[in-house]
Amino acid sequence: MKDFAALFTALDQTTKTSVKTAALTEYLAAAREEDRVWTIALLSGRRPRRAITTTKLREWAAERAGIPLWLFEACYPVVGDLSETIALVLPEPETRIERSLSDWIATLRALDKADEAERKETILAAWNGLPPTERFVFNKLITGGWRMGVSQKLMTRALAKATGIDDAELTHRLMGDWTPDSVSWDSLIEAPDPTADLSRPYPFYLAYQLEQEPHELGPVNDWLAERKWDGIRGQLILREGERYLWSRGEDLMTDRFPEFAQLVDFLPSGTVIDGEVLAYDHAADAPLSFNKLQARIGRKTVPKKLLTEAPVILMAYDLLEWHGADLRQAPLAERRATLESAIEALPPELPIRISPRVEAKDWDGLAQARAISRDIGAEGLMLKRLNAPYLAGRKKGDWWKWKVDPLTIDAVMIYAQAGSGRRATLYTDFTFAVWNGNDLVPFTKAYSGLTDAEFRQITAWVRKNTTDRFGPVRAVTPHHVFEIAFEGIQPSPRHKSGVALRFPRIARWRKDKPLQEANTLDDLNQMLEIYG
Amino acid sequence: MVLEFTPSGIYCPAADAYIDPWRPVPRALITHGHSDHARPGMGAYMATKAAAPVIHHRLGGDIRMETTDYGVTHRIGDADISFHPAGHVPGSAQIRVEVDGEVWVASGDYKVIDDGLSEPFEPVKCHTFITESTFGLPIYDWPDQDVLARDLNDWWRGCVAEGKRAVLGVYALGKAQRILRLLDPSIGPILTHGAVEATNSVLRAQGLALPDTVQVVDGIDAKSHPDAIVLAPPSALGTPWMKRFGAVSTGFASGWMRLRGVRRRRAADRGFVVSDHADWKGLNWAIEQTGAERVFVTHGYTAQFSQWLREQGYDAGIVQTEFGGEDLDEAEENAA
Repeated sequence: MKDFAALFTALDQTTKTSVKTAALTEYLAAAREEDRVWTIALLSGRRPRRAITTTKLREWAAERAGIPLWLFEACYPVVGDLSETIALVLPEPETRIERSLSDWIATLRALDKADEAERKETILAAWNGLPPTERFVFNKLITGGWRMGVSQKLMTRALAKATGIDDAELTHRLMGDWTPDSVSWDSLIEAPDPTADLSRPYPFYLAYQLEQEPHELGPVNDWLAERKWDGIRGQLILREGERYLWSRGEDLMTDRFPEFAQLVDFLPSGTVIDGEVLAYDHAADAPLSFNKLQARIGRKTVPKKLLTEAPVILMAYDLLEWHGADLRQAPLAERRATLESAIEALPPELPIRISPRVEAKDWDGLAQARAISRDIGAEGLMLKRLNAPYLAGRKKGDWWKWKVDPLTIDAVMIYAQAGSGRRATLYTDFTFAVWNGNDLVPFTKAYSGLTDAEFRQITAWVRKNTTDRFGPVRAVTPHHVFEIAFEGIQPSPRHKSGVALRFPRIARWRKDKPLQEANTLDDLNQMLEIYG
Repeated sequence: MVLEFTPSGIYCPAADAYIDPWRPVPRALITHGHSDHARPGMGAYMATKAAAPVIHHRLGGDIRMETTDYGVTHRIGDADISFHPAGHVPGSAQIRVEVDGEVWVASGDYKVIDDGLSEPFEPVKCHTFITESTFGLPIYDWPDQDVLARDLNDWWRGCVAEGKRAVLGVYALGKAQRILRLLDPSIGPILTHGAVEATNSVLRAQGLALPDTVQVVDGIDAKSHPDAIVLAPPSALGTPWMKRFGAVSTGFASGWMRLRGVRRRRAADRGFVVSDHADWKGLNWAIEQTGAERVFVTHGYTAQFSQWLREQGYDAGIVQTEFGGEDLDEAEENAA
């Protein structure tokens, strides 16, 4: 594991993508095959099943360090990472164990069948035989939640360099439902069998937010405009009588949305559709609020009642595979035409719709159409170049999100909490309130949107202006006003304010704004009435 | 009480004097020259001979200053007061106060390892000990200084080999000079930011041996000193001042670099774990050495550390102070 730990250190010591890619390329070229496969698995979010509870790890680490458990627990929020906390409190190792990454993983997996005494013995022996970084990496293997500052994109690029295989092709090969047990280096990377995994999705094409003026994109006729629907992006795969629904985050969501089972009988084998899963009001032929869909997302199995209350459809955007042929290189105009005729031929009661084209004779017309997005439950427009292929990953140029501006409200910071991980020593999680008469009513939390320098500044202020402490949370003197941006607002009986926001974040620090001029609960309720 | 905790600072009624006060008072006993301990506006100052020049440099030459050697007892009012090495920075002291046979020690900031620069920490027997707890959690464990020296010089050599300038963020007083003495001058010249060099000059003038340094002034750039390492206050990292050095590798030297989250947030290429404060083991060792029964815990992880001390059988309490200690924000604000 020395090499893997060295890779980890190399990645950790730089913020530069080029250096990270080089370190990873070098590692992949030199490592043993099974270590390579495991490294790819770990970096793409696949980890061995957790054989030991974190409760046990905490107890054993505190015991080995000779400190009471409460003191270990007090260290954890400061470090912000359990694996690191353990690595830091343990005494120096007394021996040196050298084993490969995959050997260690095998050791850990064997613990599945071991009793607790044996588990403890194995873990303590490992802690006592690994230098600090390897110890940290070892803990990460147990606890999961692996983040090495390497995106899947970067990992794929390094892999492309190490193997000479095309980037987009590799992205595709790495998708789907594989584990290091089900594949070898050869079957995963070098010579994959395309029929081996019927469920394997294509990499999603992701858009950037439009930065320039839309007319700079050229003639409006070169573009397909459609609504940016506010649901869950999904890829529906119909192959050989089976169906699979993948989320953008590569979660298999098939069982959560049984509605799509019937599509298998109506669309040909070898159909892959990119679309948006939406809760849908069939009577009104319009999407329901994201709120309704949310009730479905958390459920692995769906009770009948929920199926009738919040039925879903797939709002189809694009056709990636048709009759088993990969269409991604065909221009959008062609893919879209095939998709439209395929869906038009379906019985209307099926849970699938074509995402309508938003037509306008010029950019001003599209801007007007965009302006009403929120009223029809959309987040804005998507602009897609009609002659473009379907690319892999987030790419600039052919696809743009043209979102409506977020809703905003000026609010007062009243509680602060330290962040975790990278921001463990900073106050980054804030609770905000609006005025209700002379009272401040908390209504949302937000923890992003400021620069590190601003977070440092507010952290220093929080330390000096704490009025009360509740565990890790500090109440602070109401003083600072922040503009909070958000994408939607819903009624929520669980919150004191009666509302819940979607994607709240700090838009800016309103140093210019006196405390009294922050918004009120009435203002929020008005927004709820209009957009809720 | 021999010492009391007041809004102006730690007060000794018997001597009518304050230790490291943060509001103007007639008489101040100063442990060391860091700006959260030596503040302007006091009627009179008392500090060790070795600490005084920096305090003068920072607060102005016209302050009223009485100096003392370590270990010399001064009768002030009804109190016997003496200064003892704290090992924090050159000249830093713990202040021992004895009234009617009861002894208290206010330790200011301290570390227990010998850094080769500061007068080494000297345990002082007392009944009541006032300790800091900047790094008062068991996650803080400093590597040996020779390991640090090796890592620093390896990094510097690596930078030279890659054609980059190594730029290290260090506090101007104490940390900078400590690092200076660990660097291997055979690798190349050592360049310093003005803030660091100003403190260097003060310390050199009082007889401290430091390696040769070259202050960065206009006209000094990457080309003029290709093998150089640059020492600068943390606040200078990432500013336009850095542009002159072309391709750089940035490092940051602080106890906080022990934490991966902080290392990553600083966005420095390298973090070196080194502090002028005691680590967990150091704090515990120092307290044990004093033989104190009662301990007051000031800045840092006060709640956690005092609870730990109570469980170890001490009568331990927390004192709110306005000392910043080795604070990331403080570093940012003070370093300019």
